[in-house]
Formats: sequence, structure tokens, C-alpha cells
Amino acid sequence: MSKIVANDVKWRDISPGGIICDAGNAALFKTGDWRSIRPRWIEEKCKQCSLCYPTCPDSSIIMTEEALMRGFDYDHCKGCGVCAKACPFGAIEMEEEA
Amino acid sequence: MRERLSGNEAVAIAMRQIDPDVVAAFPITPSTEVPQYFASFVANGAVNTEFVAVESEHSAMSACIGAQAAGGRTMTATSSAGLALMWEMLYIAASSRLPITLAAVNRALSGPININNDHSDTMGARDSGWIQIYGESNQEAYDNFIQAVCIGEHPAVQLPVMDCYDGFITSHAVENIELLEDEEVKAFVGDYTPEYYLNNKAHPIAVGPLDLPVHYFEHKRLQAEAMRNAKRVILEVAADFEKLTGRKYGFFEEYKMEGAETAIVVLNSTAGTAKTVVDKLREQGVKAGLIKLRVFRPFPAEEIAAALAGVKAVAILDKADGFNAAGGPVFTDVTSAMYGRVDGVPAISYIYGLGGRDVRAGDIEKVYSRLAEIVKTGKIGEVYNYLGVRE
Repeated sequence: MSKIVANDVKWRDISPGGIICDAGNAALFKTGDWRSIRPRWIEEKCKQCSLCYPTCPDSSIIMTEEALMRGFDYDHCKGCGVCAKACPFGAIEMEEEA
Repeated sequence: MRERLSGNEAVAIAMRQIDPDVVAAFPITPSTEVPQYFASFVANGAVNTEFVAVESEHSAMSACIGAQAAGGRTMTATSSAGLALMWEMLYIAASSRLPITLAAVNRALSGPININNDHSDTMGARDSGWIQIYGESNQEAYDNFIQAVCIGEHPAVQLPVMDCYDGFITSHAVENIELLEDEEVKAFVGDYTPEYYLNNKAHPIAVGPLDLPVHYFEHKRLQAEAMRNAKRVILEVAADFEKLTGRKYGFFEEYKMEGAETAIVVLNSTAGTAKTVVDKLREQGVKAGLIKLRVFRPFPAEEIAAALAGVKAVAILDKADGFNAAGGPVFTDVTSAMYGRVDGVPAISYIYGLGGRDVRAGDIEKVYSRLAEIVKTGKIGEVYNYLGVRE
């Protein structure tokens, strides 16, 4: 799967017609570099209410098996800020990218 | 089976014999009869096709794209402004590698609005990534339509194909025609068996995703290779078709080109008129020949240059103006093909028959006379010319 979507794939090996031949490969596309502002998790304010998790359009809130918030997947987070708006406790703040 | 049919009726019968999964079409003169006849076949239960009566040509091509991507064999027909309205989707069909078959019944593009025949519609679509095959007669429109399915669907090609023929002249005039039996056509085209298709639950895919700079160029390079592969496949399919019917097809027809000193390159129905002129000139001892271009995309550059290597002057006739201030689209491609291969042969462009202006034997004779004059004097004169316009 990863071969035909790899960044160095040669034209003879790429998928015909630009189709995605294997479904469910969105994680291979790193969208983190689209971000201009980044979320910062303030752990001491976080009540583990999990409200941020379903609001993220990119599944970039890292949750444990026990449904505990543990931070962000910065490889895929686009910095939209929806999680920061959704948090009732001010435990997520958006900061300028360095 | 011997019949007498109009070009549109013949193409609709080819569609019935192929029995595609989906036909989505919107009526526009002069192609309207194709889906009209076909709709009657659907209503009569003569085919198993899902007929989609859409609200525009953009929708027609979009429906064809969706159906073909799903894994169905899909067809449509259009002309002129209808083809223009499909424009965006023509590129999607070709770049998504969906071998849709389109009966492109040539009609002038607006404006001024005109319903008669020239080639401005399909010439405008020449760089859309579609294969374009042109036919002189009802027989050729029928034969090319059947071959188009096999060419487009070939695994090395996977490109959509336009079967181009002249509006009214070919589409509506009734001629004798030799039809294949239904089962012969079905056996010739076989089943459509794409490697990837949306309705394959065992192997889900996504069609038409965003393609960023890291991959887009490689996809276009692969698409360009498919058009190169089409050259080989077109000849293979023609050879199989000849075995079945005895009718021979290639990239172009060379008519009395043996020892020809002057030649005309032309496509579609005007080739018929030009052949009678060539016959007459040959009787008079004039060494005139004709090349009737059949395959315009892919363009048979090496082959057409080789065919013109022996002539002393050539005129390329275009039934569409390129508005490039240099010559018609066929002229531009033919002379480009000659460059570096057969340098030094004088070549001139004639724009003719725009908006259905009648092209008579006398007009074609004027072109051969001009070529004879060039051979005699060695002076080319004006390269970019008009035939039949009131001066």
C-alpha cells in the first residue's frame, strides 16, 4: 500500500488515474505542516471530560485505552482550534507556531 | 447484414449490439438521434442498459464518469456546445482513466450560433486526453464506434474515446452499410473487466482524490504513456476487426499516394469529395494523392511524416480555425510531425467549410492547382489560407 503513495514513487509504479487503491490510508498523509497555530495541553487544568476528542476533525487527540487525554498527534493536527473552543476548562490554548 | 442507415442510426445500433451498462445523454443537434434511437431500444427491452436522462451535458459526462468508475461500460453522444459544456468533465474522464465511449457528431461551436458541420468542437477537445477517431462515412462511424470500446478498455490504454463524424453529412444522410450480427459485436467487444472499480466490495478504492505536487506529475506522465500505448492497441484492434469484417483500418488511409507529387491531408466526409477529385486528376495524368487522417489523438507523427516523404507539396485542410494566426490545428500537427523527418516539403494550410459551408469538388481542385503551381514555381506564397470564403 505505502509504495504507490510514497513521496518518491516513480511514474511507472504510481496508481492509474490517481485512484487510491487501498482504502483507509489517510494516516500516511502528514497534514501537520499545514498548521500555523498549535494547541497546547495544560494538563493541570484538564478534568479528563473527553469533550475535545469527538470535536477533532483529524482524529489528532491522543487518547489512552482508558479514554484519558494525553496530548496531540502533531503529525496530523492542522491547528484548526476547535478543541480549544470546545474545552470548558481552558485546558487547551492555541499558540503561534515557532 | 446489409442495411441502409443514417450515421446516427448506425451508431445507435452499434450501441444496442454492445448493450452497455449505462448511457447518460442530453439531446443536442445533430447528435440527438443517437440517444433518441437508443432510448427506444431501452423502452422496447432490446438492451439491459440503464438510460439516464440528465439535465445537461456536464451532468451527462459526470454520470458517465460515476458509472464507469463504478465498473460499468458507459456511453454517450453529443455535439458542439454540448461537448463544450462537458469540457471540465472530459479531462476528469481521461485523467481518471475511464474508457467511456462518446459519439461526437461534429458541429460548429457558437458563436455566432450555428447548427451545421465543422470540426471546431472536437478540435477544441484535442488536448483533453481523449482518443479521437474520425470517420468518412456511416460505415466508418459504425466500425470506429465498435473498435473504440476495445481500444479504450485495453489494460495498456484505459482512456476514453471519441468517435467523430460529420453532423448532417454523415449523421443524417442515409447510405448503404454492412452491419455485423449482434453476437459478433458482443464477442468482439467482450466484457468490461477493469482491475479497479468502486463496486468491488472485496477491494475498496477511492476515485478522484486531491493530488498534490508530490504525485500529480507522475500521474500525468502515466496518462501520457497510455496515449502512447494507444497507438499500438489501435492497430491491434484494427487487425482483429479486419479479420472479422474484411474492412481495413489504420492511423490514416492513403488514397492513390503511390508516386503522388501533390497531396491533401483531410479528415471526415470531405475525404469522399477529395477522392473523386484525385480520381479525375489521375485520369488527366496529374500525380495527385490523398491522406485521410483517421486517428488524430494519439497523433501518428512518424507515420504521417513517412507517408508524405515522397511528395513535392502538401496542403493540410482544417474544418476548424485555430485562431493562432499561423494555421489550422491539423496543419500545425502535421507540419510539426514533418519537422526533422521530411524537411523541405512545402506545406500550406487551408481552412474550409466553417459552419457547414458546402465544400465542392471544384474547391478541392483549386487546392490541387495551387499545389501544382508551388511545385512548378518553387514559390510557396501564403501559408495560411481560406477555401470557399467570399473574398
